[in-house]
Amino acid sequence: MSGFLQNTFNGLVGGAFYALLALGLAVIFGMLRVVNFAHGAFYMLGAFGAYVLLAEAGVPFWAALVIMPLALGLLGMVLERAVIHRLTRLDPLYNFLLTFGLTLILQDLVKSRYGVQSSPYATPTELSGTVDFGLFDFPTYRVFILGFTVLLCVAVWWVLGRTRVGMVVRAATERPELTRAFGIDVGRWVTPVFGFGIALAGLAGVLAAPMRAVNPLMGADLIIVVFAVVVIGGLGSIFGSVAAGFGIGLIQAWGEAYLSDFPIVSQTVVFVVMAAVLLWRPAGLFGREEAPA
Amino acid sequence: MRRSVGVAAASAAAVLVAGCGGGGPQSGGDQKLTGDKIVLGVLNDQSGAYSELSGRNSVKAVEMAIADFKAKYGDKAVTKNISVETADHQNKPDVANSKAQEMYDRKGVDAILDVPTSSAALKVADVAKEKKKLYFNIGAATTDLTGKSCNKYTFHYAYDTYMLAHGTGTVTTQQVGKNWYILYPNYAFGQDMEKSFSAAITAAGGQVVGKDGAPFPNTSGDYSSFLLKAPTLNPKPQVLGTMQAGAELVNVVKQYNEFKLRDKGVGLAVGLMFITDIHSLTPAALAGTTYTDAWYWNFDQQNREWADRFQKETGTRPSFAHAANYSAAMQYLEAVQAAGTDDADTVVKGLEGKEVNDLFLRNGKIRAEDHRVIHDAYLAQVKPQAEVSEPWDYVKILKTIPAAEAFRAPSADCKM
Repeated sequence: MSGFLQNTFNGLVGGAFYALLALGLAVIFGMLRVVNFAHGAFYMLGAFGAYVLLAEAGVPFWAALVIMPLALGLLGMVLERAVIHRLTRLDPLYNFLLTFGLTLILQDLVKSRYGVQSSPYATPTELSGTVDFGLFDFPTYRVFILGFTVLLCVAVWWVLGRTRVGMVVRAATERPELTRAFGIDVGRWVTPVFGFGIALAGLAGVLAAPMRAVNPLMGADLIIVVFAVVVIGGLGSIFGSVAAGFGIGLIQAWGEAYLSDFPIVSQTVVFVVMAAVLLWRPAGLFGREEAPA
Repeated sequence: MRRSVGVAAASAAAVLVAGCGGGGPQSGGDQKLTGDKIVLGVLNDQSGAYSELSGRNSVKAVEMAIADFKAKYGDKAVTKNISVETADHQNKPDVANSKAQEMYDRKGVDAILDVPTSSAALKVADVAKEKKKLYFNIGAATTDLTGKSCNKYTFHYAYDTYMLAHGTGTVTTQQVGKNWYILYPNYAFGQDMEKSFSAAITAAGGQVVGKDGAPFPNTSGDYSSFLLKAPTLNPKPQVLGTMQAGAELVNVVKQYNEFKLRDKGVGLAVGLMFITDIHSLTPAALAGTTYTDAWYWNFDQQNREWADRFQKETGTRPSFAHAANYSAAMQYLEAVQAAGTDDADTVVKGLEGKEVNDLFLRNGKIRAEDHRVIHDAYLAQVKPQAEVSEPWDYVKILKTIPAAEAFRAPSADCKM
């Protein structure tokens, strides 16, 4: 029993990363209709930024947790204005290629400066212990990640559901043409929303630094699964991306724990789920068919 | 008799090849080197996962060997015209294959060095055999290079999976704990390592109480389900043996520490680790971990002096792969010097059975039967942070594994 709870807990922690990344992808796709392939690279920059801040300026984890999302959010807004913006009117394929190219550039910039070897990043001492839950104990850092992510998701949910900004973003995400028709200036919100999505990716990166290998390719490996998560949740569905993120984390953890004799199953379970969901609901679990434009 | 005919034929061919490139056959009997020069080729990973542990710094190590060789022989050197060609094989077998052909055919390379990644190394061994040119493998671990894929022109330096398993598996079983849980990346290298380790552990009187193949590449970067399982097995393993490498190893170790497995009585042994891995994980994260090392920069005064020179050139301390590249280049140049020719068959003959002691090879011998280059290996343990007194001095050597024990006996699969 305690083993099952531990694995479940782990699944939720893994899912927290998927949820944070998928949430950013979902709002960006909703507002801009851009499939941001560079999302993984920004996650990597978040982790690397935390490392550089610590190693070269002595900036601790907690400060990095604020600085990196802000810095990357700004960078995201600049990039949106400078390049992505110019291609949004064209076939989505152009932006896919653009963000893919951006990924390669960002990865290589980091690689040329810091090499491919993973950079060290220790867990902050106040979070390096374990928490005793009676039936089982669990690393404090993982408890922190889970609590932090859930709070963040609830906060985002509140902002989207209860504020005027949120209303506009939700409306523009799910029915962009209709929102425009109501005279709401959707364009004003495009750049900040892109920046916000990137900031979430950077935040996930900072959170990952103490528990995962910090190297230039860390985002490229992860982003494939995150795309599957977004598709399962429903492209552009904010709630769907978060729910699917946690769900896929759970399925992966259970698969690895209980199907480890069938490695091929535990490796592909995410994509099997994706295929099944697409057959059953082509727009994803929480997605809606695109309204005809 | 047959061999000398072969030598003569090969020499004639070599002269003809040189003639074609140089505009007519050379006259005079003192023309012993093709093109009156020696070209060494360093073929390895210059931007990917193995670029730090070998990569461009292996080229530096080879250049150091050339400089030392010239200084040693001065005017008596067989030639002063020694150069290095390098190429990036990106860890891809097909790229390694074409780059090796290009090096031998068009760049005039006499001997290729390094070539990490087993699949790439096996391709280069085939090219060496076909072109009848020398190849010193350093970076790759597969025992096939001295087994079913062995050939007359290929030498296997530094290490292999048998050496790693025999050192870490055997000694850790004897000294740390008999019960093991093995975690390996589920692809050729990891499966090979798991088999070698299981055999060594069983032979040393231990047992493998559990083993799991983790997804490779592990996209989630998470190993928690395996790490949670380890202490719950019955009997409880005293050692977690991880066969992961590079970033995957980093993930395993970070999470091993997170779940406090050492406090729960499960020690850590690493199948393959380089000093660069310890540097990126920090010794604190690995303190107490045992592994087998082919060479350590701070083992004795000789190593340390060379490591100081290497650091001046590169800004970093050498991995065992760097030292082995230096040694292989040096031994090749010495063999050419002794033979007075770069004719491959003559040089091979001079190397076979040679006993060597140099910077890298201690009690070394270039085995004639399978071209395995045997030498002392070391069981190493990462120091606790408090004992690390200078950067990069991260391990203490627990035990020297004598050359004859460290490597397997010549394999019956090897037919030269």
